[in-house]
Amino acid sequence: MLKIAKERLNELYAKINETMGLFIPVKKAGEVNYAVWSEGKEVSLETLKTVKSPKNIFFPQTENMMKFKTDGKNIEVIDVRQALAEKTDEKPFVAFGVKACDYKAIEVLDKVFLADPVDTYYQIRREATTIVTLACSRPEESCFCGVFGIDAAAPQGDVTTWLDDNYLYWRANTEKGESLTELVKELFENGGEAEVEAQQAATKAVLESLPFAALDLSRFKPENLNELFDDPAWESLSEACLGCGTCTFVCPTCQCFDIRDFKTNEGVIRYRCWDSCMYSDFTLMAHGNSRTTQMQRYRQRFMHKLVYYPSQNDGLYSCVGCGRCVNKCPQRLNIVKVIKTLGGNAND
Amino acid sequence: MIEENLIPKVGVITDIRKDTPDVKTFRVVGTDGKKLFQHMPGQCAMVSVPGVGECMFSITSSPTNEEYMEFSIKKCGCVTEVIHAMEVGQQITVRGPYGKNFPVEEDFKGKDLLFIAGGIGLAPLRSVINYVRHYRENYGKVVIVYGARSKDDLVDIEEIQTEWVNEPNTEVYLTIDRPQEGWGGHVGFVPAYVKELGLDPSMTAVLCGPPIMIKFTLAGLLELGFEKSRVYTTLELRMKCGIGKCGRCNVGDKFVCKDGPVFRMTELDELPDEY
Amino acid sequence: MKDVELKMIERAKALLESGEVARVVGWKKGDFCFDPSPAVFETVEELKDFVYDYFCGANLSKYLIQVSKKEGKTAVFLKPCDTYSFNQLVKEYRIKRENVYVIAVECLGKLDIEKIKGNGIVGVTGVEVVGKDVNVTSAYGNATLYKPDVVLTKCATCTKTHVAKDEEIILHEREAKDVNRFEEVEKLEAMTADERFAFWREQLSKCIRCNACRNVCPACSCLKCVFDNPASGIAAKANDDQFEEQLFHVIRAFHVSGRCTDCGECSRVCPQNIPLHLLNRKFIKDIDGLYGEYQAGEESEGKTPLTSFTEGDSEVNDVVYGEAK
Repeated sequence: MLKIAKERLNELYAKINETMGLFIPVKKAGEVNYAVWSEGKEVSLETLKTVKSPKNIFFPQTENMMKFKTDGKNIEVIDVRQALAEKTDEKPFVAFGVKACDYKAIEVLDKVFLADPVDTYYQIRREATTIVTLACSRPEESCFCGVFGIDAAAPQGDVTTWLDDNYLYWRANTEKGESLTELVKELFENGGEAEVEAQQAATKAVLESLPFAALDLSRFKPENLNELFDDPAWESLSEACLGCGTCTFVCPTCQCFDIRDFKTNEGVIRYRCWDSCMYSDFTLMAHGNSRTTQMQRYRQRFMHKLVYYPSQNDGLYSCVGCGRCVNKCPQRLNIVKVIKTLGGNAND
Repeated sequence: MIEENLIPKVGVITDIRKDTPDVKTFRVVGTDGKKLFQHMPGQCAMVSVPGVGECMFSITSSPTNEEYMEFSIKKCGCVTEVIHAMEVGQQITVRGPYGKNFPVEEDFKGKDLLFIAGGIGLAPLRSVINYVRHYRENYGKVVIVYGARSKDDLVDIEEIQTEWVNEPNTEVYLTIDRPQEGWGGHVGFVPAYVKELGLDPSMTAVLCGPPIMIKFTLAGLLELGFEKSRVYTTLELRMKCGIGKCGRCNVGDKFVCKDGPVFRMTELDELPDEY
Repeated sequence: MKDVELKMIERAKALLESGEVARVVGWKKGDFCFDPSPAVFETVEELKDFVYDYFCGANLSKYLIQVSKKEGKTAVFLKPCDTYSFNQLVKEYRIKRENVYVIAVECLGKLDIEKIKGNGIVGVTGVEVVGKDVNVTSAYGNATLYKPDVVLTKCATCTKTHVAKDEEIILHEREAKDVNRFEEVEKLEAMTADERFAFWREQLSKCIRCNACRNVCPACSCLKCVFDNPASGIAAKANDDQFEEQLFHVIRAFHVSGRCTDCGECSRVCPQNIPLHLLNRKFIKDIDGLYGEYQAGEESEGKTPLTSFTEGDSEVNDVVYGEAK
């Protein structure tokens, strides 16, 4: 294990940034989100939950997919991915400070985007990124990653780090992690095992005492799909839902997107942007809509996370217990309320 | 070389046929004059007009057609409206093929086949019917029941009346919703007609049409003794990516673009009622 | 606050039991002490989860657009600020007034859990208000905060009193506050155009286009928003053009101007804490300046400055940057 004094972290960022792009939690206008690091930005590693998850590093909220040039009846398609691939080859990224829940969420996204047929836009960014995770030391009341088998004190990733009042501790886990370590090694000294162990033990004690530590997921199984779908509780669960996209957009695993065209003077840009199954036009077709009520849309989001996705992916839930929806839903509806109402066998 | 997923090919419209007042069939080839890509009956493609949008359409032509692809498109939204206004020589973009096809090389082989279509629902069935005609010896008897609002709304009526009816071991039954001058054939809705015909329940059935028609026709077939495991249909939901990523066509643990659009009725029974 | 809550439950119970109303719109307990949700109660039994506390900041008036169309009467608890939205919605024929039974309730300012956590408090387990003190217990220790520092932004400058023509009032006298709600707007006005542009650019660059501000807004009651309508030509969820993205909020502010009651829900719900209410307040201040003081929602009928013409109205040429010459 290696360690670096907290005051020297800026040197570490600068060193990484010499050859690689660095995405890191940065405070801007009062809120902390992942952003590209540059000298002078206010890094906030201590922030437990960035507003947006790091998913936008691989799956930006908006991204251009291709361009079209039209001339009379003719169309030319311009693929923008080659340029993207060259850019990321030349300057790969480091995603720094990724929490255990958010790292697990990347695994959830990988199963969608890297499954055949591969989403090449995601793949290009994903492969160019070295992920440096950061263990949590002060989990809060809305955290429930443990319910999904995630250890907040020991995240995976290419490199795992721990932060205390004095030092950042660093351990490479993969080849990519080793290469990154090689690059920055001169800034580090050896040591830290004891401190990390002590921190992990303390964190574990807090995690176990959190109010959502023991949510019961036992009813969320593929064989209960239709029974859960038809449960009358969805009506009251979704009653206050505004139909906004906050939960979707702050969620680290939500991956629905829209594809739209944008006319510019230089031709048409086809871009994709995050979309939400909570929106009324999500399933709107020219001749009708398969989900006409907010209850149906609300149900879709949670059924997808807790039943549909696991059914497609060997039981892996597409919720990682980050608690962002718990904190951010304007009307305080969230996945925990769904789990508490529908998750336990006691409710049968 | 980066895989071409989501990046479309440019296609040229080489022929436009007006089938009904609101359905036109467009013949499309690549800019090199050749067919854009191979597909199987029931599969779909994303057709787009840059600046307007992209929509999923079933490929109406049979895979056995080596020269071109055809799309029968009903005018019902922003994109289809623009496509309908197009002229021969106009380029569009096409990507695909997407989705699972009808099991023409598996479950359908050697079987007697019943095709039931309503309105534009004939589009995906035309591909499989012509495929079956091409490899006629591989299949048993073929029965086609096709209905539309009026005689003017029957898609591909020329091909049906000049080719399909003359096919050996093939029966074609046409019907329209209401009596109309110049129509000597059957009048009535498809589900009722299906029951009237007293069809042989050992056949493998394929249904395609508006949801209400599918619902009542299926009930009729079950009454006649058809088995759900041998009844197929296609689903249509909003799609954007076509490769199971964008989440739009998700219903239960299936994505219509990837796991459909062709479904067996027994598979649909397991899905939540949200399509 | 507890005695008010008990009175509210008592009234809800009586109204439901007598059959006078078919349902009651109020707030339901959450998982913590700080996360109640708006809820509809249809039986006395359901009232066991009813709550009214320092975290019931959500404005319930917009729910009445849907609920008031249901069979039978609906009782609703409205805080002073909510009554303005209610009146405005009645004025715009969005709420079926005759189907609603209004009960006005006191409000001494609601707390903002994000502001409480912003003091470095993690793992909040309890919040208690004693006068101006907010005593917070947490997984990592306890703290006492000064209440005015941790109330919702909309409450910090609120001087609203109850205005709906109500059936009954459960209201304590509130203390008079001497605040200038336009203070922040004036600060923005004092900036140079470049500074102001930079301020909004930075703030709006955080927008994730979740539409929470629009969907919660009682003034945004269109059945189909122009931004959701593919036929409008400007429907977009997150355009790749930053400028367009920012225009969403500006256009929205224009759409609700003259009708915005300054209920502050837009800023309360914003997951990125963009001070959206300042856009609306700027419009309110300008309307006050151009047409005389006007408070939307003060009345449930009558004319409004932006929808009625008088000869003395300011003309375009008289106005420079929203200020009368």
